[in-house]
Amino acid sequence: MTEKVHLDHAHLRHLLTAMLRIRRFEEKCFELYQSEKIRGFMHLYDGEEAVSVGVIEALRPEDAIVATYREHGQALARGIGMNALMAELYGKQEGCCRGRGGSMHVFDRATRFYGGNAIVGGGLPLAVGSALGDKILGRNAITACFFGDGAVDEGSFHESMNLAALWKLPVLFVCENNLYAMGMALERAEAETRIAVKAAAYRVASEAVDGMNVVAVEVAAKRAIDEIRRASEPFLLECRTYRFRAHSMFDAQLYRSKAEIETWRAKDPVMQLRSWLEQTGLLHADEIDHIEGEIAAEVDAAVAFAEAGTWEPVEDLERFTTMDRVPQ
Amino acid sequence: MTDFRMPSLGADMEAGTLVEWLVRPGDRVKRGNVVAVVETQKGAIDIEIFNDGVVSELVVPVGGRVPVGTVLARLAGPVTEPAMAPPQAAPVTPPPIPAAPAAVAGRPHITPVARRLAGEHGIDLQRLTGTGPDNAITLADVQAAVSSVASGATPRRRAGFDPAAMRQAIAAAMTRSKREIPHYYLSQTIDVSNALARIERLNRERPPPERILPAALFLRAIALAVAKTPELNGFWEEGRFRPGDGVHIGWATALRGGGLLAPAIRDANHRSLEELMASMRDLVLRARGSGLRSSELSDPTITVTSLGDRGAETVFPIIYPPQVAMVGIGRIVTRPWVVNGAIEPRPVVTLTLAADHRASDGHRGGLLLVEIDRLLQEADTL
Amino acid sequence: MSAPASTTAAVRMTYREACKQAIRAAILADPRVFLMGEDVARYGGCYAVTKGLATELGEERIRDTPLSENGFVGAGIGAAIAGLRPIVEIMTVNFSLLALDQIVNSAATISHMSGGQFAVPLVIRMATGGGLQLAAQHSHSLEGLYAHIPGLRVLTPATVEDARHMLQPAIEDPNPVLIFEHVMLYNREGELDPSVTGVDIVSAKIRRPGRDVTLVAYGGMLFKTLEAAALLQVEGIEAEVIDLRVLRPLDMPTILGSVRRTRRVVIVDEGWRSGSLSAEIAARIAEEAFFELDAPIRRVCSREVPIPYAAHLEKAALPQAATIAATARTLVKGG
Repeated sequence: MTEKVHLDHAHLRHLLTAMLRIRRFEEKCFELYQSEKIRGFMHLYDGEEAVSVGVIEALRPEDAIVATYREHGQALARGIGMNALMAELYGKQEGCCRGRGGSMHVFDRATRFYGGNAIVGGGLPLAVGSALGDKILGRNAITACFFGDGAVDEGSFHESMNLAALWKLPVLFVCENNLYAMGMALERAEAETRIAVKAAAYRVASEAVDGMNVVAVEVAAKRAIDEIRRASEPFLLECRTYRFRAHSMFDAQLYRSKAEIETWRAKDPVMQLRSWLEQTGLLHADEIDHIEGEIAAEVDAAVAFAEAGTWEPVEDLERFTTMDRVPQ
Repeated sequence: MTDFRMPSLGADMEAGTLVEWLVRPGDRVKRGNVVAVVETQKGAIDIEIFNDGVVSELVVPVGGRVPVGTVLARLAGPVTEPAMAPPQAAPVTPPPIPAAPAAVAGRPHITPVARRLAGEHGIDLQRLTGTGPDNAITLADVQAAVSSVASGATPRRRAGFDPAAMRQAIAAAMTRSKREIPHYYLSQTIDVSNALARIERLNRERPPPERILPAALFLRAIALAVAKTPELNGFWEEGRFRPGDGVHIGWATALRGGGLLAPAIRDANHRSLEELMASMRDLVLRARGSGLRSSELSDPTITVTSLGDRGAETVFPIIYPPQVAMVGIGRIVTRPWVVNGAIEPRPVVTLTLAADHRASDGHRGGLLLVEIDRLLQEADTL
Repeated sequence: MSAPASTTAAVRMTYREACKQAIRAAILADPRVFLMGEDVARYGGCYAVTKGLATELGEERIRDTPLSENGFVGAGIGAAIAGLRPIVEIMTVNFSLLALDQIVNSAATISHMSGGQFAVPLVIRMATGGGLQLAAQHSHSLEGLYAHIPGLRVLTPATVEDARHMLQPAIEDPNPVLIFEHVMLYNREGELDPSVTGVDIVSAKIRRPGRDVTLVAYGGMLFKTLEAAALLQVEGIEAEVIDLRVLRPLDMPTILGSVRRTRRVVIVDEGWRSGSLSAEIAARIAEEAFFELDAPIRRVCSREVPIPYAAHLEKAALPQAATIAATARTLVKGG
């Protein structure tokens, strides 16, 4: 633990709450998907919550985020309202992207949230550009770029690591290594499965961290960001994690065993933190129940908000295909 | 009592086969329990339940293949289930694609614009020979047919002249005009003493074949005025007005064998009086001799008719579609006229305007006639 | 020998020089503008467009990139969203396929997909077209492929004036703009009227009026088409030549207005015929001006082969003035 992360009651309560919000929100999404309220492709984050919560805890408001299509966790942790997010999943115009993006393409100008990118590896060059812009414009901001182990297979990963290192750009590359690119196991896709090790080829500093431990992630992210700001260079943080649910909603999971899933479930980041807090007496069961009650109410309100939402008029279909001006 | 239904696991899932029940009637289930296994086109998937309760009935037996939304089991107990969508309808079979019509053997090629013009003039396309690409009948071929029919000449490379066809063509155009065009009419009687004085001076030194007729002066005034009222100069097509790309005046010319043609004097507003007179002479000669160029018949953006010195005092023209206006020039007559409070005999002419009310309103039409009057009072500047 | 010096006298320069002046002026005018691409700085550009600019403007503003088309085009998009006005140079259109993901999946989609929260004010310049015997991986005309994509604006400057003046409005456009420079134009000289200080990036232009047949062309094909029009003039055929200038969105009123006058049209496209931009233009003319046509719509396109190296084969594969003239002639004279 560095001195920068204060493991006091308020902070730990905050971390648990942030992860529980994501977990409960997505449990509701799962149900709403099967009853056809939510459509398209939807990818749940169940099991990976510690990564987004831990990393985003280390960011400042002026920093930017580029995420993947499995980005509900990042969106909620970053502060995009649950109502706006749920309405987006419903395809309603009250959604953060007016229902144009859906689950895979969440954007939010206010929090510098640049997607929601549904092309594997597609976000990495954007993050390089975002950091280049910040550097040239003299902003003291970093860009956190989330991507999965599958993106490491793509050329854009290698091009982006090199560009960011070459141009000394403030990018925090966060690999959410959940061991599977859809159904493709990391060990079947990469000869070198230690992703953090690859950074050395680009002279990028890196670290691998237990992605099931939110405190460990937060500490590592803070350290990485300190290094980025100090050295004005990128950093690769590999978070080793696991998704408990299927890749998307329609996936028989033929590529992995139930036993493997159960082994990882024992490391559930939410349960880990919760039991530790209860055992150490830092958080009482009553207080946790209270948090759960608040989150349940927030989720219910988000569903009601989305249900009451409206459809964007078809007349607006072509709006924003091109822009009249650059939004300020 | 709540229903547990076949879930929709993806937009491309229509149905699933129940391969295993993991619960039995009487079992207590909790939200999140895996209660069944469903086989889909992507393999077997564990299905969770979203309600707490007691299984009261397994509706679909193992092996049953049912559409999304079908009730799989019933549950007794607390109910907080969101409304389920009804079972998906079976996919609609697309209508069969009709077979392409068989090609008509020996059907002549006719270009789209040629077919349109032939229809307007009642020209029988079967009797024309095409000169275009792939021997297609082109606009020029139809225009030549229109003019040869009108002139009474024997058309080159074409079936013989039918005097009735000219009548037929005029009938088709005029019927269409009166059926489709809501005409409005305006007239203005104009003192032309200044105009005639100018003509007399111009003609003093000229031999008869080169003399300028008053009609040329009127035409020049009309052309200049039309250039200032663009809504009268152009075409009504497909429900809207298309302005002409210049002031191309169709000069209505009566043919000796009966019938009428109105070939264009292109850019009439840019031609001098002498040039206009030459154009009028040339057109009349060539129209009556069947020597018109095809484009001259389709170019006019407005038509002018003059009844000449043996005609009536006033003419109410019928617009030649798809044009939107026509100007008529009556016979010059001497009439009592009030000049500076006294009555004097003056040569006057009545100009009329027929215009398409879809394209313009009477106010604009009135401005045209007033402008022509003004120009003719300053005839020396024309 | 030379005309007296005057501030309003037309200046004669190459297309390459006009491109360079445009880049230089844009960078000097706005601190947010910079250019990046492969070998643009120290090498001076594959086609020498940026030669000397890095020395004058510095390597921050004329920025060499590694050979990572997908990476640096994506970086251009990210930088545009972050507030800069990048000009990205891709060496040739064939190489742009390595960045197709970023251009089509990111640059063209982000404003619509985000519900209008973000714009992508990015310019991407690239060379296109055949004629330099560079064979099948450097000679293709794929601009029509980009003209298919909603969200992009696609420009094809053909004249020196457009090469000089299209860049500035492209930079000011809040949307991604692709500029295609035909390789055969770089050495071509033209007059630049100093009194012209800007051009639009919206309209097509009639480069030569005529009454008998409309010839539609763009980019490198414009001059072959004007040459064809001169051949036709000798035979008494007056061809009207339209320079599209903008491939997306197409200026259909100018095309349709001309076709309504001449009633005949030949579309000249250095891209392949199948699924091409010329196919799109032909379809729109058929949809919107069918009853004005006095002849079938005709096209002159590249032969459907990868452009070969040998000069005689390359020439045979690309549209030539004589072919354009012959095609127009059959429409006007029949046969």
